[in-house]
Amino acid sequence: MSGEGPPRDANYAPPAGSAVASPEAARVAVHFDRTLLLAVPATLFMLLLFIYPFLYGLALSFTPPKGDWLANYRTFFSSDHLWPTIWTTLRLALPATLINVGIALPIAYKMRVKSRYQRWITTILVVPITLGTVLIAEGMLTYFGPKGWLAQFLQWAHLYDGSIRLTHNYWGVLISLVISGFPFAFLLILSYITGIDPVLARAASTLGANPLAQFRHIYLPLLAPGLAMCFCLAFVQAFSVFPSAVLLGAPAGPTRVISIAAYEAAFEQYDYSLASAIAMIMGFVQLLIVAAVLGLRNFFYRGPVTGGKG
Amino acid sequence: MNGNRDQRSWLERVWTGLLWGLMTLFVVNIALMIASVTTNSFARRWLGTWLPEGWTTTWYTEAWREFQLGDVLWVTVEVVFAVVFLALLVGVPAAYTLARRDFLGKRLLMLLFLLPLMVPPITYGIPMATVLYQVHLAGTIWGVILANLIPAAPFVILVMTPFIEQIDANLESAARVFGASTGRMFVHVLVPLLAPGILAASLLVLVRTIALFELTFLTAGSDSQTLVVALYYAVFAAGVRAPQSVDAMAMVYMMVTLVWLLIALRFVNPTQLVSRVKEHPQGAI
Repeated sequence: MSGEGPPRDANYAPPAGSAVASPEAARVAVHFDRTLLLAVPATLFMLLLFIYPFLYGLALSFTPPKGDWLANYRTFFSSDHLWPTIWTTLRLALPATLINVGIALPIAYKMRVKSRYQRWITTILVVPITLGTVLIAEGMLTYFGPKGWLAQFLQWAHLYDGSIRLTHNYWGVLISLVISGFPFAFLLILSYITGIDPVLARAASTLGANPLAQFRHIYLPLLAPGLAMCFCLAFVQAFSVFPSAVLLGAPAGPTRVISIAAYEAAFEQYDYSLASAIAMIMGFVQLLIVAAVLGLRNFFYRGPVTGGKG
Repeated sequence: MNGNRDQRSWLERVWTGLLWGLMTLFVVNIALMIASVTTNSFARRWLGTWLPEGWTTTWYTEAWREFQLGDVLWVTVEVVFAVVFLALLVGVPAAYTLARRDFLGKRLLMLLFLLPLMVPPITYGIPMATVLYQVHLAGTIWGVILANLIPAAPFVILVMTPFIEQIDANLESAARVFGASTGRMFVHVLVPLLAPGILAASLLVLVRTIALFELTFLTAGSDSQTLVVALYYAVFAAGVRAPQSVDAMAMVYMMVTLVWLLIALRFVNPTQLVSRVKEHPQGAI
């Protein structure tokens, strides 16, 4: 270990409780305060542009133009075209996240060993991050469309003769979520895995652990915090799916996700109050999933996070 | 014993083959997807055949004229560089404090910086857009810049904190012993040491900001659209326009992001995003 963390802080930041009355300590204490000031602009900025709008939206969602304070939430849960959007979104976001993390984990595990190809392969796998959801949607409409290369190839090779419907439905959105989400999950898991000291696995193998056992008993427990974090971040991306659900899905029906409902309320009906309520429900569902994942992590793994980077 | 080992190596080979197969499938399909957009953007007429009937570059000039790509590109450049600059300006000092100091409420502060990355952009984007409309910032380029800063600044903090933690604090102590103030220490000691990290963070923010759709979409007016939002509107209203000209625009978008990503990858090893890998074993482990 390179010894980052508390010991270095102790080098010249005195413990807050030590009230030594020497001028030396006083000087250090004054300077200590000034360093803390460096975080003030960022904090103020976040309070002003993130926390304040959030609270404002929360308040707005409880003050509908007509009806009592819960009217928006009642509208949401009683309307047939609003509350099912939660399931529509989860039905897309959960499988997409599971696929992304599930495929990224073994590939990242394979790529952890430093080799000549490692950097090239990671670069190639990461490039789709730049494509952005809109470009992926446009590309998929051309490539996966009923007259696209994929359909032509499958028919030419007689692998599948029926008509291919991979756009303007559930599958189109799911595929686009995998394309845009996988590189991110891969990158994150790879950087967590490479942070685990390979000496641990080597020690296990001298004791006779096969690769599978090494993975299960050494890498997986150390990776659990990072994996949970990665799952959460990947889920956020998939959960807020918007452009691809509109462009690649069927936004009127099977892929009418919750963000479409929120957008329509805000910018088509100009009902900011209802839109804020939908946004809050969206954030709440998201936080529930994140809390569940983090809880699951604690269930699987209790112990010090040494060697990992969670 | 021997048979067992044979079986295991056989299984391992199958597993490795499966992984390589998956990776190839993913990469090949994406490459073909990009290639089909490229082909279409140069196609004269392309309906259900392997290759188009003829080639042309008129779609590019048409897209340039029709979508006012010149203006859109200029707005994108302005927004992206303003976001990178401001995110570094507020993010790096905050990352320094988080990396070097322990103080009351540090965990709360870290949560504050992590939250924007953990909440879907639409969730805070809609209330934020409402607030920005009230103070008449939405629809202007400043509104777009402020909106994009919300995920960008925490991202800089997240990337820079481990970078700063790696720098030996003794160097700063030494500078202080010789009487440097915090500001001078920052300029003469930290910034040169941090340069690779700052470069990495700014390139990553740049790439992310170009691709960030939701927040720009919610706050942009007609003359403050970035490339990705203009592309969305182009695809959304595709019935009116030739698909080739939309694809030409998509190509321009991809070229812009790809150039920056390749520059970024020259300076940043993707595996070192969260923290540095120990490449040299240090002393006794």
